[in-house]
Amino acid sequence: MTKNPAKAANRRQFVSSLLKALPDALVVTGLGSASYDVFAAGDRDNNYYLWGAMGGSTSLALGLALAQPDKSVLVITGDGEQLMGIGSLATIAAKQPRNLTIIVLDNGHFGETGMQRSHTSLGTDLVAVAKGFGIADAWSVDSEEHCAEIASRVAARQGPTFVQVRIDADEPPRALPPRDGVYVKNRFRAALGLKPF
Amino acid sequence: MSETSTTAPAWQQDIFKVLKEGDVRQIAYVPDAGHSHVIRSAIADPDIQDIVLTTEEEGVAVVSGAWLGGQRAVLLMQSSGVGNCVNMFSLLSSANFPFFTLVTMRGEYADFNPWQGPMGRATQGALELMGIAVLRASDPAQVEEIVRAGFDAAFEAGDRVAVLLGQNLIGRKKWERK
Repeated sequence: MTKNPAKAANRRQFVSSLLKALPDALVVTGLGSASYDVFAAGDRDNNYYLWGAMGGSTSLALGLALAQPDKSVLVITGDGEQLMGIGSLATIAAKQPRNLTIIVLDNGHFGETGMQRSHTSLGTDLVAVAKGFGIADAWSVDSEEHCAEIASRVAARQGPTFVQVRIDADEPPRALPPRDGVYVKNRFRAALGLKPF
Repeated sequence: MSETSTTAPAWQQDIFKVLKEGDVRQIAYVPDAGHSHVIRSAIADPDIQDIVLTTEEEGVAVVSGAWLGGQRAVLLMQSSGVGNCVNMFSLLSSANFPFFTLVTMRGEYADFNPWQGPMGRATQGALELMGIAVLRASDPAQVEEIVRAGFDAAFEAGDRVAVLLGQNLIGRKKWERK
């Protein structure tokens, strides 16, 4: 197990605290550990879990945020998944959706595949990347004490926000959300009051 | 209708008409000359969000997210972009998202650039391998009907459909600047 050198948050506690403060947010998870964290915090109809489509969480959330401008949309993903779809930060910045927040749980490693080091352990600064792409409201936190502040920004819907959360590179027990993508999609749409086609 | 030399070809105007009448609210794109009228029209339309992508696979996820949130969205790209999308297409079949994309073809008709050939020849096969039904429009007079048929299959029947817009519609690209 590799520890980040500096202070780092416990991923499960962080996600649980954040989601507890945002019961109405629409949540999109990147595949892997981030989706387990969100599911472990309590399954909700307004969670959309990805089990594949790596790199797609932020783009999917952009389409959702534009379609639902009066709801707060929250992406919870990992550094590896975000890196694979890194250009989407430019796409999001170009649109400046007021209701989209991206939370990257960054342990500097590819947790799902054997804890190989990721680019964020090898020199990439995700906050600088997000700012460089044009998401001005980007910053880094290292403990769950910041959840209240993040939640208030999510609820305020004042512009796209990017938060890198430095977490320990541990592997909490698996908590597996439903893998049936049709079920999760239909449940999510029904919670928004949308009818089948 | 304007009669200036900048008037878009009628088939491009027909495409935007189908999308607009079909209540498309988001148009995600990697640009192409053949899509230029639809992109300009989307930018000018206050009821349509235009979303410029850094790579086409983002668009597969964007239009799925739009549907999740109750809006119809379409993806515009060139044939080369289909190759960039292949794994992201798994999102569509894994969750049964309706999907509609318009693909301008390269590498198939008087193309000056041999680098467009490999993906152009593989475009239809790549789409079909990933479970996307393929229609093709090569006659300007038939573009509207074929686009409408694909659009309806996507959003009335929940299908995944690509319409390939033949390179002959766009014509020869001029490489010499004068």
